[in-house]
Amino acid sequence: MGARAGSEEPPGRGLVCQGLTKRFPGVVALQDVDLDVDYGEVVCVLGENGAGKSTLSNIISGALPQDAGTMSLDGDPYAPHSPADAIAAGIGMIHQETTLLPELSVAENVLLGRLPERAGVVDWRELNARARELLARVGCKVNPQVPAARLSVAQGRQVEIARALSLDARILILDEPTASLGAEEAETLFQLVRDLKEQGVGFIYISHRLSEVAEIGTRVIVLRDGKRVAEWDQPDVPVAELVRAMVGRDVEQVYPEPPPVQGEELLRVELLSRRGAFSDVSFTLRRGEILGIAGLVGAGRSELARALFGAEPADAGRIWLDGKPYEARKPAAAVAAGLVLVPEERKTQGLVLHLPVEENLALPSLQQLAVAGILRPAAERKLASTWINRLAIRGRPQQPAGTLSGGNQQKVVIAKWLPRNPKVVIFDEPTRGVDVGARQAIYELIDELADQGVGVIVISSDLPEVIGLSHRVLVLSGGHQAGVLERGEADQEKVMALALGA
Amino acid sequence: MADARVAAVGRRVAPVWRWARERGLLESGGPVLGLIVLVVFFTVASDFFLTVRNIFNVLQQISVLAIVALGQTLVIITAGIDLSVGSVLALGGAVAGWTFAEAGWPMWLAIVAGLGIGAVAGLVNGLLITLGRLPPFIATLAMLSAARGFAQLVTSGEPISGYPNWFQDVGSYELFNSVPASVLIVTVLYLLGWFYLRYRASGRALYAVGGNEEVARLSGLPNTRLKIQVYTAAGLLSAVAGLVLVARLNSVQPTAGIGLELDAIAAVVIGGASLAGGIGSVVATLVGALIIGVLRNGLNLLNVSSFWQQVVIGGVIAGAVLLDTLRKRTRL
Repeated sequence: MGARAGSEEPPGRGLVCQGLTKRFPGVVALQDVDLDVDYGEVVCVLGENGAGKSTLSNIISGALPQDAGTMSLDGDPYAPHSPADAIAAGIGMIHQETTLLPELSVAENVLLGRLPERAGVVDWRELNARARELLARVGCKVNPQVPAARLSVAQGRQVEIARALSLDARILILDEPTASLGAEEAETLFQLVRDLKEQGVGFIYISHRLSEVAEIGTRVIVLRDGKRVAEWDQPDVPVAELVRAMVGRDVEQVYPEPPPVQGEELLRVELLSRRGAFSDVSFTLRRGEILGIAGLVGAGRSELARALFGAEPADAGRIWLDGKPYEARKPAAAVAAGLVLVPEERKTQGLVLHLPVEENLALPSLQQLAVAGILRPAAERKLASTWINRLAIRGRPQQPAGTLSGGNQQKVVIAKWLPRNPKVVIFDEPTRGVDVGARQAIYELIDELADQGVGVIVISSDLPEVIGLSHRVLVLSGGHQAGVLERGEADQEKVMALALGA
Repeated sequence: MADARVAAVGRRVAPVWRWARERGLLESGGPVLGLIVLVVFFTVASDFFLTVRNIFNVLQQISVLAIVALGQTLVIITAGIDLSVGSVLALGGAVAGWTFAEAGWPMWLAIVAGLGIGAVAGLVNGLLITLGRLPPFIATLAMLSAARGFAQLVTSGEPISGYPNWFQDVGSYELFNSVPASVLIVTVLYLLGWFYLRYRASGRALYAVGGNEEVARLSGLPNTRLKIQVYTAAGLLSAVAGLVLVARLNSVQPTAGIGLELDAIAAVVIGGASLAGGIGSVVATLVGALIIGVLRNGLNLLNVSSFWQQVVIGGVIAGAVLLDTLRKRTRL
């Protein structure tokens, strides 16, 4: 195999990657990709799921070896064999999922592996002082002595960045850093990125949210099917153009007009409360209606959904489902009553990752699939192929669910409920980490469900999405019901104003 | 040239390999291969090994372990562990022996009592783990101690012998003068176990419960009930094994089954199940139990000391899991 000539390359500043290629069995994840990042710039890397963004960042951060291609840092060859090598060279990665140890204090997390000692024992005063200093640098105001488990997602992200900076990271890879952040928290993170950029830190910023590019990027590159397909030297790129580069075709990101509401009341919630999460929430949902729930992270949206589903039951209030009193004590009871939840975290709440797609699809329907108590493999296979076709899930029925792309995983999580003919479907962040094509398919599916008379509740941090999809938007703020906006009257400013409690 | 030929063969074999893998046929491929290697080795090394008599001898020797390991398999699939199986085995036998010999119950009723106490011990494990939220390791460790204590109390620490002839006859029955009753019992129980895990909704649900408990719960599966059932089944199966042992020895030993929990876990793990849960099958466990049985029998025939046997079995446990880990890593 022909090694790429590296002799004529000029010694660059910052990180220079040339011709990075990575093959996995049956798929070329990354093909001949060039990327360079200078200090003090934010290079946004866009692409659908499976486009090669994670592979690229894993190679740069030392988690995966490349099959071909070279990297250099400030002109010197850079070939990390492990994340530790990368960190030593000044390249840090902030993962999409938190890597903080929940039982340890914030200070210990920041200085993990480098706790200051005096006479052989940990010097707690010094540790907390150093941590406080580092946290101040990232604008994080938490007490370094509290356990990391008590941090919000946004605070956790700040702590992770503080840790990377304490290791003298000069280039930081951020993988979907705003994925679980509300708008306000995302803004805080952007400010931090801008500040650090001014201080000369270089960023590789991976995201699905196209609007973020203009917000903080200095340059943009787009990956598709493992190849670098487009690049811009400035961040002001029309969203339509970015989308076209990502999907390789034109996709108008429009929300389908929701079908007319069919009248009858399906779900009535009165003064529902759960201590420490939300209080006195009341609303109704009619057949064929799509109710959006908006609010900042921590406003109690997911907790409300989990209470309705019985995953963490409410401790006060009353619910009627289809005219009958409904008490959600556990998920099994909710499913039996016809109310289902597509949870927020598909990898930890939606799918058994190592089990095949078909077994994940059959999970809620096992009892129904059995005849005289005996499961029939043929019926299961038919169920799987039916729903794989109907939702255009790209994957084989026998493939472990964890090997599907994010969008297809999400489709499986949704599809597993549909054979049960639910009356109410609650979607919690249905398009988080989902690529543009699958996103459109999920929107259409939500509309189709409503059209069939299902009551749909959509929780989303993506304001255009929750406004565009819903007949009405219920806004939560700090666990309280801040208001309900009708379609037409709801716009981003009004929703945000309610969410902020203004 | 040679590379091209290898690649061509590879291309032809690859689809077959994938086909077999997708149907789970290779899941216990490693252990089955290991078992075949052992059988071939001992057949060559010892003239006596591959005889009908000796084969059924091996099967009879592993029957108690196999029954206990069957329950252990179910528990391990749910990401649990049952350390109490050896003690519950002794308790089941002790209660059956005492109710017959001391309390004067008819033997059939004594058997029911023995099985019942095993199921109750398992039920208590299940309740402690689900409703009491004890880690399975702790709950069953407590039961390991308590059940052994009860077994000693019931028997006053002495063996109880002298059972009806029909009971001994069952213990020494041989179908076609060669297949022992205990082997028949193992066969039936394993068929039931296989059917349960494959064709019953609750059996299939165990893989989800063990693979990711939260996903299972949010899919509307009755996690608590399933776990209680599984530990109860493990207790019941331990008692069955206890009675098989009593029938064979014609005697209740309060010290029976000490350390058996570790053999049972070894059999399950050698078969390829994951202690992390969500992976395992009764066929794989049977292969694991057979590997242990063949090793012990073969090494005995070759006059290898029992101390060395322990060393070898330790090596096999580590080796089996090591191979499995390597296989998973290369699959990525």
